[in-house]
Order: sequence, then C-alpha cells, then structure tokens
Amino acid sequence: MENFEIELKGITKRFGQLLANDNAELFVKKGEIHALVGENGAGKTTLMKILYGLYTPDSGTIKIRGKEVKIHSSKDAIDLKIGMVHQHFMLVKTLTVSENVVLGKEITKNGFIVDYERTNAEVKKLVEKFNLSLDPFAKVSTLGVGEQQRLEILKLLYRDAEILIFDEPTAVLTPQETKYFFDIMKKLSSDGKTIILITHKLKEVLEISNNITVMRQGKTVGRLETSKTDEAEIAKLMVGRPVLFKVSKTVKTEDEINKTETVVLIKNLSVLSSKGHTAVNNLSLDIKKGEIFGIAGVEGNGQSELIETIAGLRKPVSGQFKIFGKDIDFKRTTPKKMFDIGLAHIPEDRHKDGLVLDFTVSENMILGRHREKVFSNSFNINFKRVEEFASKMINDYLIYPPKSSLKARMLSGGNQQKIVVARELSKKPRFILISQPTRGVDVGAIEFIHKKIIEARDSGCAILLISADLSEILSLSDRIGVIYRGEVKKIFLADRTNEDELGLIMMGGAS
Amino acid sequence: MKLPLWLKEFFIQVSITLLSILISFIVGAVFIVIAGANPIEVYLKLFEGIFLNPYGLAQMIFKATPLIIAGLSIALGFRAGLFNIGSEGQIIVGGFLCAYVGFTFTNLNSFVLIPLCLIAAFVGGAIWAGIPAILRVKTGAHEVITTIMMNFIAMALTNYFITYHFHLPETVHTQSISSSAFLGRLDHFITAFKGSPANMSFVIAILLCVICWWVISKTPYGYETRAVGFNPNAAKTAGININRNLFTTFLISGGLSGLASINFIMGYKHYFEEGFSQGVGFMAIAVALVGQNNPFGIIFSALLFGALSHGTLVINALVPKDIIQILEALVIFFVISSNIFAKKYLSRIRD
Amino acid sequence: MDDFFKIFSLSLLSQTIRISIPYILAALGATVSELGGVVNIGLEGLILIGAFFSVIGNYYTNNPWLGLLFGVFGGVVFAWLHAYVSIKFRANQIISGIALNIMAVGVTKFFLKFIFHSSSNSSRISGITPINTPLSKIPLIGDIVSSPLIIITIVLIFAVYYTVYKTSFGLRLRSVGENPEAADTLGINVYKIRYIGVLVSGALAALGGVWLAYDQHQFTDGMSGGRGYIALAAMIFGKWDPLLATIASLLFGFAEAIQIQLQTMGINIPVQFIQMIPYALTIIVLALSLSKSQSPSADGIPYEKE
Repeated sequence: MENFEIELKGITKRFGQLLANDNAELFVKKGEIHALVGENGAGKTTLMKILYGLYTPDSGTIKIRGKEVKIHSSKDAIDLKIGMVHQHFMLVKTLTVSENVVLGKEITKNGFIVDYERTNAEVKKLVEKFNLSLDPFAKVSTLGVGEQQRLEILKLLYRDAEILIFDEPTAVLTPQETKYFFDIMKKLSSDGKTIILITHKLKEVLEISNNITVMRQGKTVGRLETSKTDEAEIAKLMVGRPVLFKVSKTVKTEDEINKTETVVLIKNLSVLSSKGHTAVNNLSLDIKKGEIFGIAGVEGNGQSELIETIAGLRKPVSGQFKIFGKDIDFKRTTPKKMFDIGLAHIPEDRHKDGLVLDFTVSENMILGRHREKVFSNSFNINFKRVEEFASKMINDYLIYPPKSSLKARMLSGGNQQKIVVARELSKKPRFILISQPTRGVDVGAIEFIHKKIIEARDSGCAILLISADLSEILSLSDRIGVIYRGEVKKIFLADRTNEDELGLIMMGGAS
Repeated sequence: MKLPLWLKEFFIQVSITLLSILISFIVGAVFIVIAGANPIEVYLKLFEGIFLNPYGLAQMIFKATPLIIAGLSIALGFRAGLFNIGSEGQIIVGGFLCAYVGFTFTNLNSFVLIPLCLIAAFVGGAIWAGIPAILRVKTGAHEVITTIMMNFIAMALTNYFITYHFHLPETVHTQSISSSAFLGRLDHFITAFKGSPANMSFVIAILLCVICWWVISKTPYGYETRAVGFNPNAAKTAGININRNLFTTFLISGGLSGLASINFIMGYKHYFEEGFSQGVGFMAIAVALVGQNNPFGIIFSALLFGALSHGTLVINALVPKDIIQILEALVIFFVISSNIFAKKYLSRIRD
Repeated sequence: MDDFFKIFSLSLLSQTIRISIPYILAALGATVSELGGVVNIGLEGLILIGAFFSVIGNYYTNNPWLGLLFGVFGGVVFAWLHAYVSIKFRANQIISGIALNIMAVGVTKFFLKFIFHSSSNSSRISGITPINTPLSKIPLIGDIVSSPLIIITIVLIFAVYYTVYKTSFGLRLRSVGENPEAADTLGINVYKIRYIGVLVSGALAALGGVWLAYDQHQFTDGMSGGRGYIALAAMIFGKWDPLLATIASLLFGFAEAIQIQLQTMGINIPVQFIQMIPYALTIIVLALSLSKSQSPSADGIPYEKE
C-alpha cells in the first residue's frame, strides 16, 4: 500500500444538469509532478477547485497525507498547505511584488506597521532559494506574464504550501518562459513539494511530469507513468470516445475543392491581442464557396483575435482581405459594413457577445437586423412583423419554450444558442464566422445546430468554423487548418486526417 | 392562479417598491415621535392636505412636473447605461437659455416664441451634457464625476451672468420673459385648482413621457439604446455604433433636463433666478429609480415625490417640515436596498 | 505692482489654511473610502452632519472637545448608513451617496428647528481655545500651531498617509479597492475592510464639518456649501493619494483666498470664475488622464463573494 500525499476518491459534482465530475479519482505521491490532462470540459478544473475548497463535492472523499479531510474554503486549503495558481492571476496590480506576497499575512513591527525591511528580506530569500528572479520592489503592473506567474508561486511558497496546483500554467507563456517555469517546477519538486499540473499540452506533460491522470467527461479514464507512455496513448485516452454524432454530409474530394471558386481570401494577417502581444502571426487562408473551413487549435492560439478581426471588431496590424472578389480595408471596416457585404457571425460567447439576455427572444432575433426595411423604418419598428419572423424562427429551429415574449435569459444554453444561430443564418449570408457553436449546449441542440450549419454550407455559404471540440471540427469541416501560435501550420482534408494527427500539431508537434 | 410571467414580475417589482416606501414611512415615524408629534396624525394630515383637496392636488402636480421631465432625462441615460448626475446643471443652463430667449425676442408671438423657448431650454441642457458626453466617448472620462463638476460650473456661470449682466435692478433675477412665452396655468381650465401655479408644463411633461416611451420601446434608436445599456458588447458585435448611440442619448438626456426648467421659467415666475431648480436634478434620480426607469412609472413616482414636496407646507404646523426630506432620503435608501431582494425573488420565480 | 505683492500677505496664508481645512479633511476621507473601493459622494452631507452634531454636543455639554467627539460620532453613524446600504445590500453607491446628502440636509434642519427653534442657525457656541505655547509667538505660523484643530488636521494628514502606505491595514485597504477577489482568496475580509474605510471617511469629513461650525461659532443651515464636492475634486486631482489630495485642497483654498484678498483690495475678479477652478481642473484632469486609470480598479463596484 503506497503512501499518497493526496487521495481523491469517488468525487462527484453536479452543476444543474451538467455532471462535471463523475466518480473521479486522483492519487498523487509526495514530491512528484503530477499532470492532470483532458480536453476542455473534462472536469479537471472542477476537481482541482474541489481540492482547493472553492467547490464542495456532492460525494466522495478527500485524504491529505493519509488523513481524511473536509475542505470548505480556500482558507481550509491554505491551512492544509494546499495552494493554487488560477488561470487568471489573482494579483493586486498597484502593489509591489513583496506586498502581494505578504498580503493577508503581513510581517509587522507591532501587529500594525508593516516591517518592509524584513518583508523584503524574506521575499528575497524565497526568490533566491527557488531561483524565481523577481524584484521585490517592482510594481506588479510592470511585470510580464511569466513574472506574474512566478509571483503567484512565490505567494504559495511564502504560505508554506506543500501541495501546489497549477491550472493551465503554460497557456499564456512563451516557449522561453515555459522552459523557465519547468525549471522552477523541478526545483520545487526536488525540494519535496507536490505539484499538480492541469494541462492539455501533451508535449509538456511528457517533458515535465512523473505521473499522469487522464480525465474525460468528468471521469478518470487512465493513470499512466510518464516514462512508460507516449503522446499517442495519452491523446487516445483524452479524446478517444466514440464520435457521438455523425453528421451526414457530402464529402468533397480534393479535386472538387480545388476547382471551386475561392470567395474569402486572407493574406499575411497579423493581429495583436488586447494585452499587446502578437496573437495572429502572418496568417493566410482561403475559403471556397460552399466550404466549411475548420480551424483546430488549443484555445488562445489566436482564434478569437482572428474572428474578431474578420468581424470588424478588432483592427489588425497588417494583412489583406478579399471577399467575393472585393478588397476590404481591414483598418476601416466595422461590423455593420461586414454585415452589409454578407457576413454573419456566431460569436464564441453568446452571453457576452451574441445575445442581449434582458431582451425578449423576438428582440434578440432582429439584433443587428433591426434597421432592415422588413422590420422598421426610421421611426418605427414593425413589431408585428418582428413577431411573425420570431415565431417562424422559433418554429424552424424548435426553440423551447416556444414563446417569443420570454427574456432570452430564461432559456437554456442550447435554446439561447439556437436564437443566435437562427438570427445569423436568417440573414441569408454568403460568409459565416462560427465560433464554438455548441459550447455548453445540450445534446439534442448540438445535433440540430450541426444540421443547420451543413445546410448553410450546402446552399453555397463559405464558413469559417472554430471549435475547441476536435470531433466537431472533424465532422463538420471540408478542410481543416491547424492553428498554433497564430499561424496556420498545416491544412488537411477533413476525411484524410484524425484527431491524433491534428492533436499533435495543435500541441506544437512536428508538422 | 395562472398569471403571465411579465405580469407577475410587474406585481413583484411594484409591491417591493411599495413595501420599501411603507417601511420608509414607518422609520420616518420615529423622527416624528422624537419631535413630540403623533405620526398617525401627521400622516393623516399629509394625506388630507394633498389628496383630499383640489389645491393640494394641483400643488402636487406643480411640484411633480419638473421631476417628471428630469426623471425621464435620468431614466433615458440609465437605459443606455449612462449615469447622468448632471441633470441639475443642465436644468440651470437650459432654464437660463430659455429665459434669455424669452426676454430677448419679445416681439415674437406665442406660436413662434413658445416653441423657440422650448427649443432653447432643450438646447441649453444638451450643450451642458455635450461636454461630458464628448469626454465620455472620446476619452472614457466617467460621466458621474464630470457631470457633478459641470453642475457647479453651471451654477457659477449663470450666477456670474445674473450678477454682472442680466439682473433686474434691485433684484437677483432676470427681467421677465415676454408674456407671449407664458405657459397658461391649469386653473384657467380647472377652477378648483385656483391659486396653484400648476401650468401647461404638466401637459408637456406627460406628452414627453408618451414620446419617450414610444421612442424607447418602438423606434430603432430606442431599441439600440436599450441594447447598448443592457449589453454593449453584444450591441457592438451586432453592428451598432455604440459611441454614437451613447453620445446621442447623452445629448437628449441633457436636453430633457433642460426642459425641466420650463415649469418655473415659462409657467411660474417667468424669469430666471439663481437656485430656481431647488435640487430637482438630484431628486429626479430618486424619481427615475422608484419609477423603475419606466416613463409611466416615473409619472407616479414624480407625483409621489411632488406630493411629499408639497406636504412640507401641509404638516409644518405639527412637525418641522424637513421631516419630508428625511422621508425622501429614506425612500431612496430602502428602494435601492430592496433591489437585491427583488433580484433574488425574481430569479426564483423564473426558475 | 505694489498691489501684486500686497496680495501675498500673512492673512493670505492663514486664510488659505482656514479655507482648506475642511477640504483637506473631507478629501482625506474620500481617499480612504475610495481606496477601499467604495465611492462616497455623501461627503457633503457628512460635513453637514459633523458640523451639526458637534454644535449639539458642544451646546449640551459646554465642552468643545466633547462636541468635537459627538460631531465625529455623528459622521461615523451616517457613514455607516452608506456603508451598510452599499456594501451589505450592494446598492448603487452613487445613489446612496445622494440619498445621504438629502438625509443630512433633512436631519440637520429638522433638529435645528426642534432644538434651537430656528430654521437658519443654532445658538452660538464656544470654539476650542488656542493652545498658548511659546511657538504661538512665532510669526507666520504662530496662529497655525496654536489652533488645536489645525494641529489635529496636520497630524491626520500624515496619519492617513502613513496608514495607507505603511501599515498592514493600508495594504489590505488598497488591495480590496483594487482587486477584492484576490484579497478574498488570501483570507482577507473584504467587507470588513470596506466598512472601516467608509466609516473613517465619515469621521474625517465630519471633522471638517466640526471645523466649519467652530470657526463660525454656530451651525447655519446648509453650511457645508458644496465643500464635499470640492473635496471629491481634490481627491481626483490628487490621484487618490492622501498627500497629493491635501496639496490639491490647499491649491483650491489658495485660489479662494486670493479672490477674497483681491476683493478686499477693491480689485474685482468675478468670484464665480474662482469658484469654477476646482471643478474645471478636475474635468481637465479626467479628460487628460484618459479614462479612469488613476482610480482604484474596483472603485464603485460592489463585491459579491462567489
């Protein structure tokens, strides 16, 4: 019987209808680097938030250092010497590195006045011990992402954390920063700290971890020893479910595709992210008439910025854009102008960008179309016609409950998404941007939305599809481009590739 | 009982608001007791003095008129997600411009001068809102602070104009506007209102409510405004020019506040004097709040605050009249605090 | 040219300080409250409350120091109202502040009539006697160092500065105003810290009111006279820093003092343009600093635990 630092057994957690953790298990030995891998939505983060006390499990047991414990809050977790670095850093930008480290557990002279001398000395000591190369006096607002992450680590070390959880730590790091981060990991581990790494980048997993736990759909589906496995095996466990929905569509041959007219042409596009680093890097692609061009890639490799640029929401640094033979001035275009030349856009986050949740279903149906002659003149929206249109859409798209006067907020995720899809496809577009069309959508609606997308394609629309769900990309697309660090690395015919092959390139593997 | 959901929501909103008002009056009673009076007697007197005689009703209408118009101004801003605390300053500038036009173009007849004065009031308010509006759209400077500051600049500026240029000798106000710019008093039509300065501004206020309701709920502009207020990201993604919408809405909001001055300038004293607006611009925030930013809700909440405002005179003999201001503040406190319960309750019935 | 130099007399200095004291105190209060993330535009009302309560306390006890304490106590109680509504019920802080201002006007007038049977002013009260030390004889600053309230203010300026930047409370205060979620994950009680910030702002603004009342030896209706808003302007102008806010307050006070000085010398610059200075400057500062980058990130946003 081995002695584990952490034992999670039979953990089940339900959010409404969603089963986030289904009898999940995790065993981690002291001093090891343990990778927790799985696709988006596999339940990794939920399981770790349970360990860190942010969620309480519906059932299951947690043992830390052999002792069964109940963790109700992050404070309990801290007391058990568990620390977590969240995907979004929890730092106070206006304070210095030292101040962020000691915040909440300050070193004081008399219980009241911060002893900055001792604080800085203490912080410096830790920085040097773990080679974190941070300036204790620097303001956080001046730190780069890598430094901010090391600061988060420092915060945990200052609180004597023995178990360190990292949620997608390398998602935002450059390769150099990642390398440095791994060095720190090894140092920590050799120091006896136990590390859990949530990730879906297999290369990194193989490079750094001792053991691997694979999750899929809330369940633990595999426990592997890193030295005895390879990317192919992990990838298979990660994504190896039978494809749930086989979308029936006519398959186009390479010849057919090549002969079809190109309607969308993007050349040498470069775009900065909101934080100012290069998100899309000299990217080129073309989409044919009646084609679904899928983009596969790990989130955060420039997909959102690409979509936003095409939609007219973000100004690129450089690049050319031709659509239906017409040159578009990327820098001057607006969402409105793009709609006017036949673009429809199903945005990735329907709550943030797709819907006005406090509008009724029918009001949402005409969002962006409300100035069209069918629906209004300058002074009046013809609500009778809007109503007729909404009812027809509700009928066509089987939106439930079938009531146009309900606020969009009150519908389920799937039905909300159907509103967006119905609205956008009803614009009779010639080019559609589709981002994460079925995220957080129930099974029935997924199938329906897929069918509608295929219908749009068959009617001659050019479609750019982005999804984190590889099986979705594979079943819908005609061609698939794999995006990595803002570049399309390789383009495949959809029926000539598979998830393993795509996954490798997505994770920065050889192309 | 099977009520449609929106009706249920409406009832819940209204009853929570009414309950908050009721609690305010109960807490207010404590002050009355401290002052050595009988709260029941005071409240009865209040009720009687306002609702049981035509003069009281007319006074309520008179006091409510600028609150309705300024309340609309605030509510329109809220609809677009703008917090226009500059209503007070916009009323002052609008009132000044209105009076200026009224006493300058004295040779014009009513048919020309009345619309001209209304336009002047609107334009004055809109100009005063224009500065924070430009700053908001161009630099992102938050309108809460800039409009507060604009209020004080408006006061100082008009004060300067009155002191140095426009005051009637021996007085602290301007000369009177041309009588052809007067708005008729309601007691011409309803003799029972005799003695009250309630005037046609009230009719204009009600008309503005109808227009605002129509603009907000029926026109493409109103639709866009609501979309911008609820979810600017989605509005932008859908191709709505949100900066243009914010700018336009801010100007209209300012213009409406400017129009709130006509009750005094064109309907009551017929001149501009310092402090004529008596904090209407601030009370209007409470009016919009209690009226749930709905043009018709605003009429009722303005009448409530108008009634209280007139109530000061009714109860003065029993208890210091300032109890009314305490009550007004309590109503605001309780209504804003009740929102959290309303939200909880509403989300429960929706599930 | 002579006139020009005459302006800069001793009385200008003491005038500047006299005018600035309430600005400074209220601006310090505003800074503390907003650093913690709660916007307090109820300063105007808190000044009024402080002035009124100190007069009552002084009037009944005949002890100006007890009056002062009572004034500060009043400010804390009314600030608690704002804190309770905007922290506990997560109500809109701007509207709550406005309600507080209305409430303050109502309460002071109500009790003014009830206690002093006047609608405009209270009975006269005695101020705090200057401390007579050898220092009082020093020219220029003699007056200043012998007024206990001025000394208290000076001490408070540095106390607030020190607390905000050097103590663990200050650290926590700034963290809950900047990133309450981060503070929460570190086990800091966001609500408690915010409460303290608002209550301190109530005490400081009320002390500004005490100064006003003691300076005029009575309470007069509406004697806050927009000072709370000037303090707000000083806070913004001072970029949410206690010392800079103090300097901004002095600057605003100086402008007013000059205007008064000029008037007594028969040179008539319209007072209105002097009055506009703080407000116009604040707008310019906001416009130039491009958005609210200077203010605490979570300022004005109610915090809700996950």
